Amino acid sequence: MTDTVLSIRNLTAFYGDFQALFGVDLTLARGQALAIIGANGAGKSTLMRAITGILPSPAEAIQLNGRPIGALSAPEVLEAGISMVPEGRRLFPSLTVEENILIGAHSRIGNGYWTLEAIYDLFPVLKERRHNPGTALSGGQQQMVAIGRALMSNPDVLLCDEISLGLAPVIIRDIYAAFPRIRESGASVIVVEQDIGQALKVADHVCCMMEGRITLSGAPGDLSRDAIHDAYFGVSA
Amino acid sequence: MIWVDTIVQGILLGGLYALFAAGLSLVFGIMRLVNLAHGDLIVLAAFLILTVVNFLGLSPFVAVLIAAPVMFAIGWALQTYVLNRVLGDDILPPLLVTFGLSVVIQNGLLEGFSADSQKLSAGPIEAASLPLGPITVGVMPLLTLISAVVVIFALNRLFYRTKLGRAFRATSDDAVTAGLMGIRPRNVFAIATGIAMVVATIAALYLGIRANFDPSIGPARLIYAFEAVIIGGLGSLWGTLAGGILIGVAQALGAAVNPEWQILAGHIAFVLVLLIRPRGLFPRAND
Repeated sequence: MTDTVLSIRNLTAFYGDFQALFGVDLTLARGQALAIIGANGAGKSTLMRAITGILPSPAEAIQLNGRPIGALSAPEVLEAGISMVPEGRRLFPSLTVEENILIGAHSRIGNGYWTLEAIYDLFPVLKERRHNPGTALSGGQQQMVAIGRALMSNPDVLLCDEISLGLAPVIIRDIYAAFPRIRESGASVIVVEQDIGQALKVADHVCCMMEGRITLSGAPGDLSRDAIHDAYFGVSA
Repeated sequence: MIWVDTIVQGILLGGLYALFAAGLSLVFGIMRLVNLAHGDLIVLAAFLILTVVNFLGLSPFVAVLIAAPVMFAIGWALQTYVLNRVLGDDILPPLLVTFGLSVVIQNGLLEGFSADSQKLSAGPIEAASLPLGPITVGVMPLLTLISAVVVIFALNRLFYRTKLGRAFRATSDDAVTAGLMGIRPRNVFAIATGIAMVVATIAALYLGIRANFDPSIGPARLIYAFEAVIIGGLGSLWGTLAGGILIGVAQALGAAVNPEWQILAGHIAFVLVLLIRPRGLFPRAND
């Protein structure tokens, strides 16, 4: 039996009168890495914002470990067990590298797999630069801080929104090299990517979005190049 | 030597202005809220201390220990039930609300305490002085400056050495992302306003002991506080102390030349700093 950690059923989301998500269904198994791909404006980041409570959703539309979390606020969603690496990293400029990481544990009670030392072990370069302002680092290092910050709450589900955006391929490779250990810690991962090749490499399961809907879903090995092309662009190759 | 004495008196006066301004600076630094009622809230705290002194027969220095938690609660409730509702991208609603609050506090105090001038009596310490080399300084002004330094040092420690301070800075940087870290910005704002009111109560203690006060003097204290905050650089606490001292010294020098120039000299110093350094002396790097 598959142990479902996150279940999304018929999720809709709106920006004012504009509907951005149309009945999205999605299931994340415990320990699974799910990639969501799609072009700009497909609704990937909106889906992330809805899951994390930034955008309001119907209560029952999102369930974490069987508990409805759709109507929870962002801090409550974090406490329930979902944390996010936001698009653009969004580190806090007033905080040092170490403070940026520590603030991820703001509402944590008790210990867990991820501690400050564990984050430094995962990304050793951050320890050397721990007293620097977070925003003084290179883009790749900032992304490491953002991932470390999100892990500090010891989440059941880690959401990564466009973490390769604007980074050099070698840096992207270094960052994704940390993912096996993140999954070993027990966290299930959802990765939002525009880079299809990268997404297929890291994920057990891929969903493609277009215009606020899931247009394709399956294991990377089961999806043909043409099927992905059709689902991604909405036209046949 | 008289000029040295004048400058020292100005520095000591600056301690009082820094205390007026520290709470304003704290609130602005965290939530970008300009509280036009800040001066009136200081006066409210002064009347609260006066009430405790009159009813319980305590020294103002003891009464402040009772008034401070009450003012924290008032600040917390004010932020939670009033100001949080109007905070947003538009700066106008909080300005209007705090302006209205200023009017309400002034008229409420007028109704409750009349327009008569009041003063807090601290006993012989009010007239005590200390010889410092060739000059003599009053104990109360010295205590005021020391209190300002201690308050600003404590606020800095809170900001840069505690988990709450980290949450303050993160929320100030980006409230939405702070929410993703489990921080509740509205709670953070309420605690910040509560702390600002504790600082306002300390300012009220020295205001009430050193000068007469009545329900109408809040807006003038707000102007001094504003000037100190802006001279120092918006949101910079040590800058606020420097700003307060600069206004104090300018006023003392102005008064030494001509007593009628005291207030004007402070305002001129403020304008000059704005002309030379529009972002203040110590602006925050990420503002």
